[in-house]
Amino acid sequence: MNSVVCISHVPDTESRIKVGADGRRIDETGLKFIISPYDEYALEEAIRQKEKSGGDVTVLTFGPERAAQALRECLARGATKALHVKGESGEADALGIAKVLAAAIKTVPHDVVFFGKQGVGTDNGLVGPMVAEVLGYPQVNVVTHLEVGDGKLTATREIEGAEEVIEAQLPAVITAQKGLNEPRYASLKGIMAAKKIAIDAKSVADLGLSDSDIFNQRVVFVSLELPPEKSGGRKIDGSDPAAAAQEILKYIREEAKAL
Amino acid sequence: MAGVLVFCEVKDGKIKKASREALSIGRKLAESAGGELVALANDKSVADEAGRYGAKKLCVANISDYSTEGYTAALKQACDELKPSVLLFAGTSNGRDLAPRIGARLDAGVASDVDQLSWVDGKLRARRPVYSGKAFATVDVTTTPAIATTRPNAFPAEEAGGGAAEVSEVSASADAKAKLLETKAPEAGELTIAEADIIVSGGRGLKEGSNFSYIRDLAHAIGGAVGASRATVDAGWIDHQHQVGQTGRVVSPNLYIAAGISGAIQHLAGMSSSKHIVAINKDPEAPIFRVADLGIVGDLFQVLPALTEEVKKAKAH
Repeated sequence: MNSVVCISHVPDTESRIKVGADGRRIDETGLKFIISPYDEYALEEAIRQKEKSGGDVTVLTFGPERAAQALRECLARGATKALHVKGESGEADALGIAKVLAAAIKTVPHDVVFFGKQGVGTDNGLVGPMVAEVLGYPQVNVVTHLEVGDGKLTATREIEGAEEVIEAQLPAVITAQKGLNEPRYASLKGIMAAKKIAIDAKSVADLGLSDSDIFNQRVVFVSLELPPEKSGGRKIDGSDPAAAAQEILKYIREEAKAL
Repeated sequence: MAGVLVFCEVKDGKIKKASREALSIGRKLAESAGGELVALANDKSVADEAGRYGAKKLCVANISDYSTEGYTAALKQACDELKPSVLLFAGTSNGRDLAPRIGARLDAGVASDVDQLSWVDGKLRARRPVYSGKAFATVDVTTTPAIATTRPNAFPAEEAGGGAAEVSEVSASADAKAKLLETKAPEAGELTIAEADIIVSGGRGLKEGSNFSYIRDLAHAIGGAVGASRATVDAGWIDHQHQVGQTGRVVSPNLYIAAGISGAIQHLAGMSSSKHIVAINKDPEAPIFRVADLGIVGDLFQVLPALTEEVKKAKAH
């Protein structure tokens, strides 16, 4: 079984976010970038499938030069091939990104295409299902358990307070939720082996796509703002639990009007 | 025609609250963008309810189990007929599954998980929290239709007092490559954090997993959902679907009660847009107090049971 895992390279979740000079995007200066956390579950699942039944795990990203680091890390964990479509993905909307990824996926053998359920940070959660639509594949979103069989897969999908078990024909798109597995770290051996694998680089034009379709402003960034700093409210001593409980109840009734 | 089309999810013969919220903001958008508010659902019995929320028409798709491909086909047909300016979904599991799929089919732009929507200069303007609420991005969706998913609890659900929506049918036939085999039901009576009005959350201060009983008791008494910090989920004390924060759910309930949660930046990002925040922590310097409207410096093992009792008494009256 062959897999493609689509990776997004995002600011570390510990990062303090600053607004860039254009007032529309974040200031990337000094930010540490990581593999988007949900993509780690996607990658791990693909590597486990390969270990079970063979085949390749190709990691794919669309992004600037720095995104190659994320691919290198994925190779060190056990991916077997890497494809980097170079370009300013931050200037494209989700559908533009999806069209690039879908075109790239077509150049690589695959049965399952994995994504994280959303890129942490932008938190759109759009690209996976959009790629599924562009390729005409079924999708299962927010997956917490996966079995891949002959020509089909069975995936458990998390919905509000319940789970659905979905059967889908291959090839299919899966988006991974936390809990799907426990991602591994890169081993020293893996890091050394990864150095021998060349990352295949392509441009948007190499994939036969025009910039006007990818960067065509279906969604236009108007502004980016930081929320007002909360000053904190009242703080009271809770050493008398009964008095503290009455104080909270009063707040819940009178301010939150929740009881 | 122009207008606004809203995908409505129905449970037990009623339109789900998150969808009623989407209908309500959809009605306001239709007033400024022009055209009618139209609902799409899989149950014609909600025509009265859809009408009360301002929908003039209800497109009914004959689908029993949720199907991405089936609903995408139904939405495509409805969009081809109605040519709406705006297509809205509640930002639920199914809304988030469908919006990008139909967006790609229509070559349309999508704004996810928005908490403000307006019609500006003939375009849909949306505000959405990014970096888990550490920042807010304002975007214009320039396509027709412009698509958005609405964050649950961000928009009030308001009846507009209209008569029953006029029912028509849309075809939902699709060559489905995926099918639902089984739905595993939730534990009885458990509310989910995504849509809850009240969330009671526990953190590492609970000391061990079994002490989540303190959180559950209060949540049950007050009628809220159980939330959790990442540390408690990673420790295996509670299931991930309770996790609030950057790798869990970003929530904005009316009331958020945090007990034994110090307030890591990722957690604060996930809950600080809650309308009312109460924090209980024994460390007076805990960062959670910076976002709390009411902070109690004290022992959660004493304050929570006392509060649970007070709530029970208050409810009994």
